[in-house]
Amino acid sequence: MNGIPQALDALPILGMLFQLVGYVLSNLGYMSQTTVAVAVPITLAALCGVMCERSGVVNIGIEGTMLAAAFIGWIVGVAASALFGVGTPLPLFGVTLPLLLGLAAAILVGMVVSLLHAWLAISMKVDQIISGTIINIGAAGITGYLYTLVASQAPTGAGSFAQYKVPGQVADLPLVGWLINAVLSQGPIGLSTIVIVIMLQIMLFRSRWGLRTRAAGEHPRAAETVGIDVIRLRYRNVVMSGALAALGGAWLSMEQTNGFNADMTAGRGFIGLAAMIVGRWTPLGAFGAALLFASATGLSTSLQISPPAGDLGQLMGHVPGEFWEALPYIITIVVLAGVIGRSIAPAADGKPYERESAT
Amino acid sequence: MSGPDTIQPPLARARKAIVRAIVASAQPIAEPLVAIFLALVVGAVGITVFSGLLAGHSNFDIGLPAAAYLALLGGVASPNGITSTLNYSTPLILAGLGVGLGFKAGLFNIGGRGQFLFGTVGAMAVATTVGASQSSYITVPLALLAGAAFGAAAGFIPGFLKATSGAHEVVTTIMLNYVFVFVTYWAISGPLSLPNAHQPITADVTARNAALPIIFGDVQHPAYAGILLALAAVPIIWVLLYRTTLGFEIRSAGANPDAARYGGMKTNRLIVLTMSIAGLMSGLAGATTLMGVVQQIAPGYDTTVGFDAITVALLGRSNPVGILFSGLLLGAMRAGSQTMQVQAGVPAELVDALQAIILVFLVVNALRRWLDRRAAKRGSTPSVDAGAAQAAEGVA
Repeated sequence: MNGIPQALDALPILGMLFQLVGYVLSNLGYMSQTTVAVAVPITLAALCGVMCERSGVVNIGIEGTMLAAAFIGWIVGVAASALFGVGTPLPLFGVTLPLLLGLAAAILVGMVVSLLHAWLAISMKVDQIISGTIINIGAAGITGYLYTLVASQAPTGAGSFAQYKVPGQVADLPLVGWLINAVLSQGPIGLSTIVIVIMLQIMLFRSRWGLRTRAAGEHPRAAETVGIDVIRLRYRNVVMSGALAALGGAWLSMEQTNGFNADMTAGRGFIGLAAMIVGRWTPLGAFGAALLFASATGLSTSLQISPPAGDLGQLMGHVPGEFWEALPYIITIVVLAGVIGRSIAPAADGKPYERESAT
Repeated sequence: MSGPDTIQPPLARARKAIVRAIVASAQPIAEPLVAIFLALVVGAVGITVFSGLLAGHSNFDIGLPAAAYLALLGGVASPNGITSTLNYSTPLILAGLGVGLGFKAGLFNIGGRGQFLFGTVGAMAVATTVGASQSSYITVPLALLAGAAFGAAAGFIPGFLKATSGAHEVVTTIMLNYVFVFVTYWAISGPLSLPNAHQPITADVTARNAALPIIFGDVQHPAYAGILLALAAVPIIWVLLYRTTLGFEIRSAGANPDAARYGGMKTNRLIVLTMSIAGLMSGLAGATTLMGVVQQIAPGYDTTVGFDAITVALLGRSNPVGILFSGLLLGAMRAGSQTMQVQAGVPAELVDALQAIILVFLVVNALRRWLDRRAAKRGSTPSVDAGAAQAAEGVA
């Protein structure tokens, strides 16, 4: 707030806005690192949703897929460190063998859970919302069951991946140093998320696979007439998307923390769904929405840790912390209702595809 | 076995027709039962394998599943088990009726969690404001009404949004769940918080004359009057669905929304009304839970009733009577699961896992597929194309 003259702060309403901008600016370094980190699992969940829904399969079981992956990543890490020992972590990301095995197992389980959704939704033609709900209930139940079984022995896990340490010369760069530092101070999953977003954005709109995926999601019958195997494509997309959700789950139990808790996803799969909608079913848009949602969390944490001084502090003191947490969901509802910037799903989203020659 | 082309004596044909009629009428009941049975078998395998692998037992105990299921049954059959079954079933039946009504109208209400919580807040608001000064004869009905009204309001929002802007109720109800979770946290740390408490917590409903009366059972293990409300709601919803114009319109809109609209029904009004009633039922579930077993809203208060109600409605085939029985069944499983955990060392979360497995077998129509395959082996054409039937039934 140093750069802003006192006179400006004293203006009614507008002055408050100046104070808010000043506060955000002075806490930006801290807030942006939190924001990017919080956005990682939300983004991965949203990308999972984009891949499914662009090909015409609604997946509300992302939450359950993440939870299953988070658990398996952790438990395989536990088993592997008991079998092979933890070993000395590599300097880069603190990689150890148990961690890698856990990550691989998490991804595998995410794909298996997604395969179940694909089978129910595509082959069995079960209502896709019901199928997703089954996965959520089942993942919460089975991981809760298994966790209670092993928790009594208080097992030691494989630890967690370490953050990338941005070199001092880069972090101290004028103007952009802090931003680079904030964005790149992530673990391996966090950093690969940024890469995946860009890759997926290009592939979805510039590759043959992307064109076929979008065709299957908009007009599957037309896609089939030009020789695209819609059923196989949907299967492949849903199963692959499971790996993305699994990375989000693994981030929770192997990068953000080093353990598992019952229901540790805490709605991130659903907020990812929200990010997908607000981002209009595009990878970049979903990433942007996830960052926006995460910045609400970043701001509210920052407000708690270092409350702003003066009138702004008084005003913010009246805004309950719960408001910031509920904000992403409210934004999503507003966008869905078309009040600002209407968001429209792929045309064949959620409709099971029936081949004409099937019967 | 005779093929379809061979000429059969009339008696045999009549007998076949009777058998087919019995099978057809038994199918709605047999399918859930078969799904439950298959899930119990899968659960038994899971218990044996995972307890052997993870719980540090040196060998696989084949008898463990039997011990676990027997402990669960024993837990239900005890006097405490019966009262707690009724208490667990109350919100499941109420909210399940709401979800089932939505299914009949072709609406998928995943907002049970938020509606339940907002109903809880509504009931607590009455208990906090008027409770201290009025007798329970006034406070209890008022709190129930407020719970129903808050729940209905929570259900009205997604209904209204769908009717006016076409926003899909599945997504809006998911989002609203979280909004109401935070509304509840805010309410207990702000307007409804007990002054001078060490943590954000509400007053006790008993102290505010808003506790539901106990119908039987001792003080430690009472059965609350909420179950009477749930039992009364079953025929009310049944009559609403099958004996009123509104119910006919709801079922028509669910079966074929376009036909209903061309037939002159105001489908938008129906959507708003159905979602509001569904919310009302979940709100009542929240209110009865608060005024019965829970007594006060503590930090982190949450519920699984919203999602359990989906299981209940699917298992009961959206039929109010079916929902009554599936609600009682799930309530019994919850009530017995604690005994199972203590006596057999099998975690109570098994019930949630079983729920999902039951649903998988139910939605893939395990029984019908098996019957059809058998019929196909015999050479006759399958009675129903399983895939098409599933698609036609949809969620209903």
